[in-house]
Amino acid sequence: MSLRDVVRRATPRGLRPRKPTSPCTAQRFSPQWQRWSSISQRPGSDHVHFPGAVNSKFTTTLDYERPSEKPAMPTYRYMDQDGAIVDKNREPIDISDEEAIKMYKDMLTVSIMDLIMFDAQRQGRLSFYMVSAGEEGIAVGSAAALNPSDVIFAQYRETGVFQQRGFSLDEFMSQLFANCKDYGQGRNMPVHYGSRKHNIHTISSPLATQIPHAAGAAYALKLQAAQNPNEEPRIVACYFGEGAASEGDFHAALNIAATRNCPVVFICRNNGYAISTPTLEQYRGDGIASRGVGYGIETIRVDGNDIFAVHEVTKEARRRALDGGGKPILIEAMSYRVSHHSTSDDSFAYRAKVEVEDWKRRDNPITRLRKHLESKGAWNEDKEKEARSSIRKDVLAAFNRAEKEKRPALRNMMEGVYAELTEEQEAQIRQLRDIIERYPDEYDVSEFEGGLDGLGVK
Amino acid sequence: MPSPPRPFLRALLGRTTPTLTNNNRIRPYSTAPSNARLNVPLDFATTPLLCHTPKQALSHPDLPSTLRSTSKTSRLNLFQAVNAALSHALSTDERVLLFGEDVAFGGVFRCSMNLSSQFGSDRVFNTPLSEQGIVGFAIGAAAEGMRPVAEIQFADYVYPAFDQLVNEAAKMRFRSGVWADGKEGLTSMACGGLVVRMPSGGVGHGALYHSQSPESLFTHVPGLRVVMPRSPLQAKGLLLAAIECPDPVIFMEPKILYRAAVEHVPNDAYTIPLSAAEILKPGSDVTVVSYGTPLYTCSAAISAAEKDLDISCELIDLRTVYPWDRKTVLDSIKKTGRAVVVHESMVNAGVGAEVAATIQEGAFLRLEAPVQRVAGWSTHVGLMYEKFNLPDVARVYDAIKKTVEY
Ligand SMILES: Cc1ncc(C[n+]2csc(CCOP(=O)(O)OP(=O)(O)O)c2C)c(N)n1
Ligand SMILES: [Mg+2]
Repeated sequence: MSLRDVVRRATPRGLRPRKPTSPCTAQRFSPQWQRWSSISQRPGSDHVHFPGAVNSKFTTTLDYERPSEKPAMPTYRYMDQDGAIVDKNREPIDISDEEAIKMYKDMLTVSIMDLIMFDAQRQGRLSFYMVSAGEEGIAVGSAAALNPSDVIFAQYRETGVFQQRGFSLDEFMSQLFANCKDYGQGRNMPVHYGSRKHNIHTISSPLATQIPHAAGAAYALKLQAAQNPNEEPRIVACYFGEGAASEGDFHAALNIAATRNCPVVFICRNNGYAISTPTLEQYRGDGIASRGVGYGIETIRVDGNDIFAVHEVTKEARRRALDGGGKPILIEAMSYRVSHHSTSDDSFAYRAKVEVEDWKRRDNPITRLRKHLESKGAWNEDKEKEARSSIRKDVLAAFNRAEKEKRPALRNMMEGVYAELTEEQEAQIRQLRDIIERYPDEYDVSEFEGGLDGLGVK
Repeated sequence: MPSPPRPFLRALLGRTTPTLTNNNRIRPYSTAPSNARLNVPLDFATTPLLCHTPKQALSHPDLPSTLRSTSKTSRLNLFQAVNAALSHALSTDERVLLFGEDVAFGGVFRCSMNLSSQFGSDRVFNTPLSEQGIVGFAIGAAAEGMRPVAEIQFADYVYPAFDQLVNEAAKMRFRSGVWADGKEGLTSMACGGLVVRMPSGGVGHGALYHSQSPESLFTHVPGLRVVMPRSPLQAKGLLLAAIECPDPVIFMEPKILYRAAVEHVPNDAYTIPLSAAEILKPGSDVTVVSYGTPLYTCSAAISAAEKDLDISCELIDLRTVYPWDRKTVLDSIKKTGRAVVVHESMVNAGVGAEVAATIQEGAFLRLEAPVQRVAGWSTHVGLMYEKFNLPDVARVYDAIKKTVEY
C-alpha cells in the first residue's frame, strides 16, 4: 500500500484535502510575507516605536494598570428574568415564534433527557452521566445561530448543541449505552458524543485540548474557502468551561487564532465552578472575557440564561469572524452550574444547598424563554404539558431501544488505533481469541455483536 | 466513580408513559461471567496481600522494630492511608505543601480530606486548572527548599505537565552542577522533595481518559523516580519516603484500590524504602513480577495455578518501577528459572519489556522458558472492552501454565 493510500484511508471524507480550483499561488490568498517595518524612534515622537507595542503614547505619570479598579465588562442581555424585553426601544430580535419554540423544545429535551439519564446511572444502567442544567440556553442558543456546516468543537456540557444540530435521541442513547450503533463503537465514556454528519468533533475528556484544534480547523476552513470561492465560507465554534480556560491550551489557542486571523468563535461557558473549584480560585481577572482583550480579540460577555441574547451575539460573532478575511471572536456566556459536576460528584460537599436552590429559583434559561413565549401568547400550560409528555415518551422509547442493542463487535477494541491493524495487534487479537476459546467459562462475549467471531479472526 | 444506585425517581416518569423498568429487565452496564472460576471479582477481604490483622501489619519487615512493638493500627483504605501520610508530613515538616485541582475540599478521591482546614489554606490549596502550572509551580517551590506534594487529578491528565517533568524536574540537578555554598558544603539546584501524586489505572468503566497507567512514559526518564503502591500500608510508607527523597518522585496511586483495598495500617509514621522490591510470597518454580493492582490478579492466578499444577510460585512487587530493584528480581529468577511479568498498561515498550530484557541479560543461562509478559494490549482502553484488555486472572494463570509447561 502506498503512503498516499494510507493517508486516504486514514482521512474521513469531509476531512480530505480538497483540490484547489486554481493554481496554488501565494498571491491568490494573501499578501506575501512581509518584513515588519521597524523604523527606529523618530526624534521628538510622542509614540513608542518599539516593535512590540507600536501605538503606545509616552507618559511621565508613573502609574500601574490596576485591573481591580477597572469596571467589569458588561453582560449583554435582551430579556430580563421574567422574559420581558429590557430595552423597549430596540428592534425586536429576528427570531420567529416557530424558531423560538424549536429552541424551547430543544432545551426541554435536553433537560428531560438529563433527568432520566442521571437516574438511569444511579440504577447502574450506564456508568456515568453529565447534565447541562442551567446551561441549556448557551448551547441551544449559540448553535442555532450557526450554519449547520460550521464545524463545532465541544467540551462535554453542550448536549444542547447536539440536540439543536439534529443529533437524534437514538443517536444520543446509542452513545450513552455504548451499543453497536454508537459512532464511537463503545469506546468512549457516556456523553462523549461526536458526529461527522453533524460537523461536531468527538468530545475528548482532557480539558481544553479542543481549543487549539478549533483554531487550526478554522484556519483550514479559511484556506479552503479561499481555494474554493464558490463554497459558502464556514467558521468554527469552540465551547469550553471557565475552568478549562486555565489550561495552557486555551492561551495558546487564542494567541495563534489571533495571529493567524482564524474565523473561530470561542464560546466560554462560565458557570462559576470547575468541579469544586469556584471561580474565585480559578482566576483573579475579569472573567474569561478580559483575556480575549489581552490577545487582541473582539470579545463580548453575555447573559447565558438569555437564549435570545446568546443567539444574537453568536450570530454577530459569526458575521465578524468571517469579516475582512477572518478573525477570532470570544464570547463569555455567564451561567450557574445548577447540577452536580457529574454523576461522580456530590456538590453539597463544597457548596451550600441554599446557594443552588436560590439560583434555581431566581433564573433559568428554560423558564425565562417560557415566560417570554407565554407573554406573547405563543405558549401556554397545555402546550407545555403536551410537549413535556411527548418528549419524555420519545426519550424513554429511544432509551429502551438502545439498551436492548448488542455491544459493538469485540474487534473494535483494537481497530481504529491505526488506519490498519498492525501485525502486532493482529497477533494480539489471535492471542485473545485463543485464550477465550480455551477458557470459555471465564469470558462472556455474548453481549457483543457476533460474539467471539466479532474478533474477526478464525 | 459512579455513586451507588438509588431508587429511580418515579415521579419523573409519569404514569402514562412507558417506564424504564416495566418493559425490559435492567441491564447493568457491566457484569461478570456467571460460570467463571478464575475471572471472578477480586476478593479484597481474603486476599493474602492485605494485612487483615494488626499483627500482620506490625510484623511487616520494612517497619522499624520500635514501631513494631509500640504502634497501634487502624483499618484504612488506600485513600485514607494516603491522607494519613499527608497529614503526618504536613504536621511534622513545615516545608510540606499540598495542592492541585479540587484538593481543598478533599480531592475528587478524598485523599486530602480535612487537610486544608487542619493545616491552613496557605499550605493546602486549590490551584487553577492547569497541570503544567501545577507541576511547574511545584518544581519552583521544591527548588527553593519546600517539599511540595502536587496532585494531578487523574494520571490521564498529566501530559500537559510532561515537559515540566521530563525537561525540568528530571534534569534540574544534572544541569546545575555542584557549588560550594559555605555552610553546608557542596550543594546543587534540584527539586528533591517534589512528589507528583496521580490516581492511575483501570476501574472498569473509565474508558480512554480515566484508565491510563502511564508509568513507562516516566520510567524512560532518568532523574524521575516512579512509585506505585499496592496497598494502604504500602502507600503510607512509600509516600512518606517519597516526600523525604532528594529526587523528584512520581507517585501513582491505583485508584481502584482507594476504596477496595482495606487493611491494618500502623498509626505511627514510617517509611518504606524506594527502589526496593518485595517478595510477597516465596516460591520455587516460577517468578511472577508485577506492581500495583495486578498484584491481586497475580495472587489469585497463583493460588489457582498452585492448586491445579502442583507448582510453587514466587510473587514480587516492584513497588518502585524506576529505578527498580534488579537484584531482587534477578536473584529470584536465578532460583526459579521462569518469569512472568504483569502490568496493566500497554505491553509495547512497557515496564515488562525492561524487566524481561534485564532478566534475559542477567539470568539467561538460568532461564528454562521465555519470559512471558501479560499486559494491556497495544491499544487504548475502550469503555466496553476493558475487561478484555487489562490482564485478568485467566490470562495470568495461562501464562504461568505455559511457562512451567514450556
Ligand atoms: C486536563 C484535564 N485536567 C483535569 C480534568 C478533570 N476535570 C474534568 S472536568 C473538570 C472541571 C472543568 O471545569 P469547567 O471547565 O469550568 O467546566 P464545567 O464542568 O464547569 O462545565 C476537571 C478538573 C480533565 N478532564 N482534564
Ligand atoms: Mg465551569
